Amino acid sequence: MRVRTRGYWLYLIPSLLLFLGVIVVPFLMNVGASFTRWSGVGTPRWIGFDNYARLLQDERFWQSFQHNVGLIVAMAIVPTAIGLLLAAALFDYIGKRFGSRTASALRAMYYLPQVLPVAVAGVVWGWMLHPSYGAVNQIFGLDLDWLGDPDLALATVMAVMVWFQLGYPVVIFMAGLQRVDPAYYEAAEIDGASWWRKFWHITIPQIRPEIFVVLLTCTIAALKVFGPIFVLTRGGPGNATMVPSYFSYLNFFQKSNVGYGSAIATVLALIIIVVTFLFLRVQEREQ
Amino acid sequence: MRGPGRWAVLFALVVLAVVMVFPFAIVAMNAVKSPAEYSTQGPLSLPDGLYLQGIIDFWNRVDFGTKLWNSFVISASVSVLAVVLSVLNAYALGIGRVKGRLSILVLFLVANTLPQEALAYPLYYLSKAAGLYDTQLAVIIVMTVIQAAFGTYLLSAVLGQFPKEILEAAAIDGAGRLRSLLRIVVPISRPTLNVLLIFFFIWTWNEFFLPLIFLISNDTQTVPVALAVLQGEKFMDATMSSASALLGVVPAIAFFLIFQRTLTRGVTVGAIK
Repeated sequence: MRVRTRGYWLYLIPSLLLFLGVIVVPFLMNVGASFTRWSGVGTPRWIGFDNYARLLQDERFWQSFQHNVGLIVAMAIVPTAIGLLLAAALFDYIGKRFGSRTASALRAMYYLPQVLPVAVAGVVWGWMLHPSYGAVNQIFGLDLDWLGDPDLALATVMAVMVWFQLGYPVVIFMAGLQRVDPAYYEAAEIDGASWWRKFWHITIPQIRPEIFVVLLTCTIAALKVFGPIFVLTRGGPGNATMVPSYFSYLNFFQKSNVGYGSAIATVLALIIIVVTFLFLRVQEREQ
Repeated sequence: MRGPGRWAVLFALVVLAVVMVFPFAIVAMNAVKSPAEYSTQGPLSLPDGLYLQGIIDFWNRVDFGTKLWNSFVISASVSVLAVVLSVLNAYALGIGRVKGRLSILVLFLVANTLPQEALAYPLYYLSKAAGLYDTQLAVIIVMTVIQAAFGTYLLSAVLGQFPKEILEAAAIDGAGRLRSLLRIVVPISRPTLNVLLIFFFIWTWNEFFLPLIFLISNDTQTVPVALAVLQGEKFMDATMSSASALLGVVPAIAFFLIFQRTLTRGVTVGAIK
């Protein structure tokens, strides 16, 4: 006897209704608003593609995407690279020579920043980096305005994000390494392969799926980044750390340029969807 | 590598671990210093004693107990509701294999990757029209849908592997569809549901953007929103700032310790997010 499959769709109804009201309709309203001039009160005025034309010429918009690239480096590329080294070192070096308890204690310490709400991580670093009473200046005997100097602010935010993000790839990669067949390493050892050769020719190819997942999720997180910018710099000084998400927030809630803010948010959404799609395509081809 | 080489590797990894944990230590150290001690000794000295007045003052000033309660109510409601919705959806998609399930799954996945900025203003506008602005209910509804979108995606894959024989046996015994769900599917998938519940709770607790937009008054705000908004207030001197950071850090570490086993087992589950 076969379980009949008719009638199951009843179970989808609550979610589909909520989904319609919370995701689909608001998203379409946002796209619609991006074709208007609207302050948030009164009637929106249809202006076609004017907001998008304005975006293309807006230096702040282009800068905000350049800063996003910096944040992708800080949140996806650097943590993945360092995370690979750390995970491999912990797994097949520390774990084997100093015991797995040492390895998991170190892993937990690297992971600790990840448990914080990202806004709270920002509060912690805002305090550490304070120009007059912050601990960082005291330690290094410096007198720098880390977040207030336009030449330093983006680099500082990037460094904070590396700290925040690093534990995530370490944990994922170490979990991935557990399913690698030890026979590969044993065979390589018999051949007298160096640690680097094993890292390059066994570890990295074996945990490719994990590397993909980490790069994808961290890249999306970097494109969306809002909390740390809000807490640490509010996009400043000047536009030194402006990112698209904060730029749209600014237009929505402080400048009452709802139409323009919607256009920024729509472009950001499209970029994220395209990036996700590309990653998944590449991953499919790999497999 | 033999001899000194292997200690050098361990040393380098330990130094990095100390750097990673250092901000937590220094925040805790300075949260228990008096302002006078801080101004003479600076942030790097060990505290002379336990000065808790800074933490108490900050707690009372921002009514931190209320913020904790708000965060708890929102996170707990969202995690329970989102798990319920995820189970219902995954039952239809993973076990029921309804028509068009692949496109529905893709839709949920896209919803989960969308930046909240692309929903924020309409949601803000609609919540005002519905009289839900500045209520926790608004945040609970929106976050429930966003978390359930991810939960559905994950749980459908898990329930797709569900042993059909058990359900067929139940159907022969006359169990209806709802009965099978409640008596068979839910109890058997309980471990996965627990992982989802904990992840939803922590993700919602850590959420910043939507609560920032919806919750503007003092008695509705969550912990991360309150701490972020208070930064740079005039009354926030050096020790009070570190007290506020400590109060934000402590619940997060508490969750980490309480849920550690589930989290480390389930972190690869979260990796799909």
